[in-house]
Amino acid sequence: MQEFMSTVILLLSSTLRLSVPLILCGLAGLFSERSGVWDIGLEGKMLFAAFAAAAAAYQFDSAWIGLFFAVLVAVLLSLIHGFASVTHRGNQIISGVAVNFISSGLTVLLAVGWFAMGGRTPQLQPEARFPTVVLPFAEEMRSVPVIGAVYADLISGYNILVYVAFAAVPITWWVFHHTRFGLRLRAVGENPAAVDTAGISVDWLRYRALLCGAILCGIAGAYLSVAQSAGFVREMSAGKGYMALAALIFAKWRPIPVLFACLLFGFLEALSIRFQAIDFGLGPELSTQIVQSLPYVLTVVLLAGFMGRAIPPKAGGIPYTKER
Amino acid sequence: MKAEISAAQHVLELVGVNKSFGSVVANKDVNFAVEAGSIHGIVGENGAGKSTLMSILYGFYQADSGKIRIDGKEVGIPDSRAAIAHGIGMVHQHFKLVENFTVLENIVLGAEEGAFLPSSRRKARLELQRLAKEYELQVDLEAITEDLPVGVQQRVEILKALYRQARILILDEPTGVLTPSEADHLFRILRRLRDEGKSVVLITHKLREIMDATDTVSVMRRGELIATAPTASMTKESLAELMVGRRVLLRVDKSPSRPGEIVFDVKGLNVRDQRGVRMVKDVSFSVRAGEIVGIAGVAGNGQTELLDALAGNCVPEAGTVLLDGKEIAPDPFKRRDAGIAHVPEDRHAIGLILSFPLRENASLGYHRRAEFGTSPMLKRSQLQQYAQQYISEYDIRPPNADLRTSLFSGGNQQKIVLAREIEHDPAMLLVGQPTRGVDIGAIEFIHRRLIELRDQNKAILLVSVELDEIRALSDRILVMFDGAIVGETSPDASERELGLLMAGVTQEDQGRG
Repeated sequence: MQEFMSTVILLLSSTLRLSVPLILCGLAGLFSERSGVWDIGLEGKMLFAAFAAAAAAYQFDSAWIGLFFAVLVAVLLSLIHGFASVTHRGNQIISGVAVNFISSGLTVLLAVGWFAMGGRTPQLQPEARFPTVVLPFAEEMRSVPVIGAVYADLISGYNILVYVAFAAVPITWWVFHHTRFGLRLRAVGENPAAVDTAGISVDWLRYRALLCGAILCGIAGAYLSVAQSAGFVREMSAGKGYMALAALIFAKWRPIPVLFACLLFGFLEALSIRFQAIDFGLGPELSTQIVQSLPYVLTVVLLAGFMGRAIPPKAGGIPYTKER
Repeated sequence: MKAEISAAQHVLELVGVNKSFGSVVANKDVNFAVEAGSIHGIVGENGAGKSTLMSILYGFYQADSGKIRIDGKEVGIPDSRAAIAHGIGMVHQHFKLVENFTVLENIVLGAEEGAFLPSSRRKARLELQRLAKEYELQVDLEAITEDLPVGVQQRVEILKALYRQARILILDEPTGVLTPSEADHLFRILRRLRDEGKSVVLITHKLREIMDATDTVSVMRRGELIATAPTASMTKESLAELMVGRRVLLRVDKSPSRPGEIVFDVKGLNVRDQRGVRMVKDVSFSVRAGEIVGIAGVAGNGQTELLDALAGNCVPEAGTVLLDGKEIAPDPFKRRDAGIAHVPEDRHAIGLILSFPLRENASLGYHRRAEFGTSPMLKRSQLQQYAQQYISEYDIRPPNADLRTSLFSGGNQQKIVLAREIEHDPAMLLVGQPTRGVDIGAIEFIHRRLIELRDQNKAILLVSVELDEIRALSDRILVMFDGAIVGETSPDASERELGLLMAGVTQEDQGRG
């Protein structure tokens, strides 16, 4: 019983950890896509942010400075995306793919150029990473059955960015539904002409949405390289940006469901890590690969089979021009 | 000095406004003034520059030159925000509403109180209750906008403008989507606004509305404002003449029909749309050779689906379509081959491929015929020959078969579709909204052409939301309501009777009442 309990807690806490980049990216996508700008560049922004975070954290020996540079880089990439697709009304998918290509190539190039470690950044010392936050009374409560273990090992004991990610969900919901900015943002993704004729600048509104997304993306990147790991590795985002997009669609572009979709994907990933050692009788290597591919396969199955109709923001993907 | 005094009586004045798009002159030296407390109509053909002028006023475009004065003071209107601040409100032809928002959210959008919504909502609710009472503009504020009928959505647009304290309300073709009774309600609201001292600018192509509702009327032609006069001094005929620049026959001249054999027979037709909603319910009727049967009804009562099913564009749930007694399978190519031609309601969506040149659109749908060759290649010379023939017979302008179809005006695009469908010698012609978005001059031509076709002993089914058009052309009128045919009348029936039928009050009910 004790052992089962601790397995469950381990699995769940690993789920939470693995969900964090998905949640942050999913919310980032939510901001920009609900404003009518498709954001396929989440992956690239997160990757570049992860590199910037690791490089800056190493250089300045500070996780916070790393986070700052991560956000800065994500913002710059978002501005490129915005400049191409909002200001110049280019194709949003192409511009997003460009961001992904730039990031995939430049991160490795810069890493090799600066650190000459084959595309990695140097291992970060513990001081240059985000430390674990132990919530008050976590140790004292450990002796209380069940609740103590849940509190100490499942709720307490993560780095600050994990808490930021989970706090970002209700905050995003509140911004969307209870602020002027949220109302306008939802409107501009559905009918930019309504926003324009109401005397609000469509472009500026979309830029602001992109910036909100960029900040979240930057945090996600910093989480990958400075909190979850201790340095940058090439392609370390490993498709999480695309998984977040899938979660966003699965959640039908709503903040609270985004949380649950990301938790689900995180759980599948946690499962696959936990049960890597299972042998299906196909030899150890093949079995591991099957288990590792499960989260991606299940993502496809869920999206294709269990979703029903998702209605995307109506103006999504369409650059706004005043009609003639 | 004197000029200033006279200007002060005008709440709004445009002086010498010019606007060009590239080489196209949209507004040329336009002078236009609106008096406080009046309803001012603007008429003109498509492309005459009405909408451009109003867009300049609402800050959508910048004039190349010219002045805008409000209450006699010169102002600049760089964007819609400035227009709103000057008390200008606009109800666009295509509503600018966020469909999945509540009515309240739509009204508050852009006119919020502070950064947080709850206080904006509270304030708006109070203010809107007052406005609703004052102007007969009752709307459920919590309803989702897309669930509301268009007439109510239009009320939301008017409320939006009033909530922003508009003193000058511009309405662009407001009645296109309304039932006669909804239109009456709208005009009552507009009159009340006028009596409160507000000014209303009404853009329309319906001359009857100008005559009924406006105090002053301005006529635009080819970018110029060519006349402004009290409405009382004008007649429909004189307005039409000013608009087109020549005499126009507003009445359709036609002899009584001589219907022959039944050509087209529809039995028990039922159609469900993609959502599974039954849009056409047990519809049966027939059309004889040499007659035009009109289907009247408010938009959205199943006419679109009926026409689509008859043309074979969708497979009905039940029912048969017979041509000369032979059943034809629901397939657009088979129907067309059998002699059922179709002028679709939405020429942009299914009537034409706008990025193709005229030459290709002129034979689209008939291109499988042997005359275009049996090899995989189309015979270009044949395409060209048809296109040239239509251009000269239907006076399509500019007369250039190579031109991309999107570059023709609405009226000329419609002529392309019409020519293609009529000239392939159909036994039966299905026509949807033949003159939607078409100029008065072209309307006259299209109507005449349809009558000619009838007199060649063809059967025609006409679907239109324009009651005047239905009455002018049809020999018999069927009225559709909620997917079913609720009555048949002659074109001489009173507007009241037709209006009641269109609202779903059946003839038996009318008899009782």
